[in-house]
Amino acid sequence: MGVEVAVEGLTKSFGAQNIWRDVSLVLPRGEVSALLGPSGTGKSVFLKTIIGLLRPERGSCVVGGVDTASCSEHQLYEVRKLFGVLFQDGALFGSMNLFDNVAFPLREHTRKPESEVRRIVLEKMELVGLTGAESKLPGEISGGMRKRAGLARALVLDPEIILCDEPDSGLDPVRTAYLSQLLIDLNAQLDTTILIVTHNINLARTVPDNIGMLFRRELVMFGPRELMLTSEEPVLAQFLNGRRLGPIGMTEEKDQAALAAEQAQLRAVTDTLYGIAPQLDPSPGLPPRLAVRRRKDRVMSALHQFPIPTQRSVIASLDAADRTRYGIGAPA
Amino acid sequence: MTAPASPFPGVAALRQTGRLFSLALSVVRNSVRRPFQAREFIEQFWFIASVTILPTALVSVPFGAVIALHLGSLTRQIGAESFTGAASVLAIIQQASPLVTALLVAGAGGSAICADIGARTIREEIDAMEVLGVSAVQRLIVPRVLASMMVALLLNGMVSVVGVLGGYFFNVIMQGGTPGAYLASFSALAQLPDLWISELKAIIFGFMAGVVAAYRGLNPAAGPKGVGDAVNQAVVITFLLLFFVNFALTTLYLQLVPPKGM
Repeated sequence: MGVEVAVEGLTKSFGAQNIWRDVSLVLPRGEVSALLGPSGTGKSVFLKTIIGLLRPERGSCVVGGVDTASCSEHQLYEVRKLFGVLFQDGALFGSMNLFDNVAFPLREHTRKPESEVRRIVLEKMELVGLTGAESKLPGEISGGMRKRAGLARALVLDPEIILCDEPDSGLDPVRTAYLSQLLIDLNAQLDTTILIVTHNINLARTVPDNIGMLFRRELVMFGPRELMLTSEEPVLAQFLNGRRLGPIGMTEEKDQAALAAEQAQLRAVTDTLYGIAPQLDPSPGLPPRLAVRRRKDRVMSALHQFPIPTQRSVIASLDAADRTRYGIGAPA
Repeated sequence: MTAPASPFPGVAALRQTGRLFSLALSVVRNSVRRPFQAREFIEQFWFIASVTILPTALVSVPFGAVIALHLGSLTRQIGAESFTGAASVLAIIQQASPLVTALLVAGAGGSAICADIGARTIREEIDAMEVLGVSAVQRLIVPRVLASMMVALLLNGMVSVVGVLGGYFFNVIMQGGTPGAYLASFSALAQLPDLWISELKAIIFGFMAGVVAAYRGLNPAAGPKGVGDAVNQAVVITFLLLFFVNFALTTLYLQLVPPKGM
C-alpha cells in the first residue's frame, strides 16, 4: 500500500562534525523520490537514520505512526519489517549462498513452507536477472551481481518502503536502465514508497516523482520533479547537468573568488540539460501507477506557488484529459 | 554513533565502558529469548573448542609443573613436604586453570570472534541484519558468548586435570616426592567450593572474553585496518579485565568461604 515517511528537523553529527542539520521532507505515500548530492554529503547517513540504524541528535522521522528517531528497540524491529533496504555494496551475508541470502527474511519472519520459500526466492532472483546463480557465494560474484542480489533480498517480503543506496553504482548503463524500470514497475504493482539515493543524473531525471538535494550540510531543496528539474537554484542546476561550473567544487565547496570567476564563464555555457525529461512508464501490461494521479493533484493544487517557468513546463506536460480535469484551457 | 564531544576528559572512556556493559546486559537478556540459535551455537562451540584444546593442554602441563616445582622446593625448605600436593592442587584449580583457560579462549577464540564480527560490521552485514528486523545480538553474539562460556567451563576441567597430573609427574619424578603423600594431601586443604569457584571463574571469564570480542567487533574503526586494531584491542582489554576480575573474585572468595583448616 505504501507508507508515508515524514522527516522533520533532522540533525546528525559524528562527534564534533555536523553531517547535516534541520532536514525536513516528506516522502509521499506510494511515490518514488530521489535524494541527490555530491559524494560525502551524508546521503547514506540520512538513509540509515530513517531506518533507525543511526540516532539523530534532533528531529523526528515518522513512519507508519512510529518515530524511528526516538522509538524503543522493540518498536524499531517492528517498523523495520515495512522496509526493504538495498545497501551500497549489497551487504549480503558472506557465509551464505545467494539463495539463502534472499531466503533469509522469509525464513526469519514468515512460517512459509520451504517449497513456498523456494518459489518466492526464485521469482525474485529472476526479477533481478540472477537465475542460475543461487548457489554462488557473495565472494564469488561481481559487485553488480551482489547489488542485484541485495535488491532481491530487499524485495522478498514485499516491503511498503524501499530504500536504495546508490542502486546504479557498479552497474553498467544497460543494467541501470533495467533496474530503473524494475523500481518503477514495483511501484506500479504494489504502490510502494521508494527512496533512491544516487549520483546518476539520468536516473534522477527520468525515474523519481520527487527530487531532493543535500549540499553543505543542508537539504537544498525537496520537491516535485517538475519544480526541481526546471529550478534555477545553482547547486541543483550544476548537479543535474554534471558541470564543473557552479557552487560545488572538488572539495565540497568553492571559495567566492573562484565562484565569481566562473560566473562570467557560466553565461557562455548553453549546452545545459534544461527542462523536464519524460518520466519512465511502467512496463506494458502493468497497471498504471496510482502515485501519478495523486502527485499530479498535489502539484496542480500548489501550482501557483511555483516559479513561472515551472508552471509553464507543468502545464505544457498536461494532456487533454488532465486539462479538463484541472479546468485549464487549451494552449494558445 | 558517537555523541557530541564533551568538555570533560575521560568521558569517552566512561561512555565506552557504559556501552560495553549495555551490550553485556543485552546479551544476557537476549540469551533467554526464543528462538535459540542452536546451530550457530554448536558451530561456534566446535570452532572455539578446536582452536583452544591443544594449546591449552600444552600450556597447562608446564604451568602445573612450574607450580609443583616451586612449591616442592619451598615446602622442602620449611619441612612441609607432605603438603606439596595440597598447595599445588589449590593453586592450579583456583588460579592457574581458570586463567590459562580464559587467556586461550580470549586469545584464540575471542580474537576470531572479533575479526569475524568486525568484518561483518564493515561490510554492513550487521546493519543489513538489523534492517531485516533480526537482532544481531540475539542471532550472532549470544551463540558466540554462550559458546565461549561453555568452552571455558569444559576446558577448565581439562586444564585442572592435566595441570595436576603435570604437577604430580614433576614432583614425584623430578623432585623425588612421595606419590602417596602427594595424593593423600589433596583433600587436606582443598575443599569442594574450590572447584565451584574455579568453574564459576571460568564461566565469567568466558563471558567476558565473548562480550569484549563482540563489542570491539561491532564497533571497529573504519576500514580493514580498523578491524585489525579492534582484534588487537579486544585481546588486550580482555586480558586486563581478566586479571582485575580474578583479583576481585579471589578476594570475595577468601572473605566469604571459610578455609578448611586442619
